[in-house]
Amino acid sequence: MTTITVHEAISRALAEELRRDARVLMFGEGVATKRPDLLAEFGAARVRNTPLAEAIITGTAVGAAASGLRPVVDLLFAPFLCYAMDSLINSAGKLRYLSGGQFEFPLVAMAMTGTGWSVGAQHNHNIEAWFAHAPGLKVVMPSTPADFMGLLKSAIRDDNPVMFMVDLALLHETGDVPDIETLVPLGQAAVVRPGSDVTLVSYAKTVRVCVQAAEKLASDGIAAEVIDLRTIKPLDTATVLASARRTGRVVIVHEASRTCGVGAEIAALVAEHAFDDLMAPVQRITGPDAPAPASHALEQAFVPSIDRVVEACRRQWKLTAPVAPRTLRRA
Amino acid sequence: MKEAPTLARRQTLLEQMLLIRSYELQLVALASKQAAPGTCTSIGQEAAGVGVVAALEDTDLILSNHRSAGHLLARGADPGRMLAEVLGRRDGYCKGKSGSLHISARELGVVLTSTIVGGELSLATGVALSQKMLSRPGIVACFFGDGAAGEGIFHESLNLAAVWRLPILYVCENNEWQAFVHRRETMTGERIAPRANALGVESATVDGNDVDAVYAAADAAIAQIRSSGKPFLLETSTYRLRGHFEPDDQSYVDATELAAWRARDPLELYRRRLTEYGATTAELAAIESRVASRLEAALAFAQASPMPEAAELHTDVYA
Repeated sequence: MTTITVHEAISRALAEELRRDARVLMFGEGVATKRPDLLAEFGAARVRNTPLAEAIITGTAVGAAASGLRPVVDLLFAPFLCYAMDSLINSAGKLRYLSGGQFEFPLVAMAMTGTGWSVGAQHNHNIEAWFAHAPGLKVVMPSTPADFMGLLKSAIRDDNPVMFMVDLALLHETGDVPDIETLVPLGQAAVVRPGSDVTLVSYAKTVRVCVQAAEKLASDGIAAEVIDLRTIKPLDTATVLASARRTGRVVIVHEASRTCGVGAEIAALVAEHAFDDLMAPVQRITGPDAPAPASHALEQAFVPSIDRVVEACRRQWKLTAPVAPRTLRRA
Repeated sequence: MKEAPTLARRQTLLEQMLLIRSYELQLVALASKQAAPGTCTSIGQEAAGVGVVAALEDTDLILSNHRSAGHLLARGADPGRMLAEVLGRRDGYCKGKSGSLHISARELGVVLTSTIVGGELSLATGVALSQKMLSRPGIVACFFGDGAAGEGIFHESLNLAAVWRLPILYVCENNEWQAFVHRRETMTGERIAPRANALGVESATVDGNDVDAVYAAADAAIAQIRSSGKPFLLETSTYRLRGHFEPDDQSYVDATELAAWRARDPLELYRRRLTEYGATTAELAAIESRVASRLEAALAFAQASPMPEAAELHTDVYA
């Protein structure tokens, strides 16, 4: 094991995949400028700066992916993807289907988002759910260096368009990564803390919030299980449902705004498939339906806090007290 | 550059234009009696498409748009499989999932047809980048209209192609209409080509209703792209003789302008020229008759093709 940052994990994954497969190339605004090591090793044809023009960056990636290359594009900040939506949604997501399966689109579009840099709502907007709603795309949003590395490598090897969302507050987080090459499969959630009383479902920076909440809850005698989705689409429904059925209580936590967010999908999934096992209503702890503010104080208020998560779990507990949860479920 | 076409070759060009015209009129007739979904035709623009496609090699690739039937048929697409696609049948080029609007036929090198106006411009750079980086011989011909040239992506695409030296023939079919709006309402000046020059892309404008002129201009442009490796924009000046989306009564079209362009119908112009060059009445009649019987067989094939199974809803979403 080696301890590295998320930023280093992304760089290592890019270098390994560029080295492994000559069809992989990377471009975007400042990609060559900011990654001199990649430029030096792989050359200016495979590591390219582009004009400041998101629509043609992604359009070029989509066209290249359909015709034999495996591009990775860096769009910098997630809100900039709004300029790139046509080629991602209408071309990458639909032209395989509309052509009756004649084309594949092996590409990765990376973008940063999230609170932490006080950059305001035109640089910080967690829009991962938009892409999950669009057919034909996959959506990844990891939380640890090992997952960033293993999932980015899998995303580059996948034959489908993958949105790789980077929570910018995690870039300098450290963690252990394996010394031997390790792929993390897309579509597989991780149970990062086992527990039997309540399931916390999260992804990206709020996974850490959930783990810290679980530690607090442990002192109350409540054993919270924390699931890191890692991939938002395809969603690991089996892991979520197995946990929900076991604990009977589900709290979903994410930074993205509430309405029609990923949490709404998880809540519906649990209601449709694990209703009989639920002992309390599913709850969502999310960012508000408001643009992300710049002020540090307001940014901190935007993100679900440990206290809000703890409170939600205690509420779940009270709703079913004084009957012991196991007894109730088996009745 | 290639030699000037022989009379026999010219008769083939006429036959292609007639096939496109007749195929699209057949679609209009079907749509008018609700026997087929509505469609966008390229009637009046046949010479512009046929002339360019004739100048391409088999290894060259084509990206097209919602008025793609001409490009596909000129490239050798089977009208039966195209009609089957339009009618939503299993034997269509895209298993019935495209309909008339986004037919791609990879086996013919017609790739990534997009009906989002300007979508093809966003994708052409990537296809050309693959051709260049994978050392493939073919160039990329990207067909779009004057309407697409009003999209921001036109600017982005040409700029990147110029900066990265991508082998793209941008073919702007300036047909005077942008859906239901005349071009004169949306732009100053008459031509798209000068915009290319501002972005560092050489350009030329040609009479898009004269298939020989289009062929010669495309041939010269393609030769230049192959030798320089740089993009080129060819503007074909033509006219959409029918409405935006059939059935369409064209009540919004100026009758005098329409009549003037009808008098320059590319098929009539070419029939007259071939007669001057020595084509006989019998030869021209034989072309008409071959096209008619091909389309009769095509319609029979399409109508006999089964509808797709409902399970097809879920296939081809992911690779």
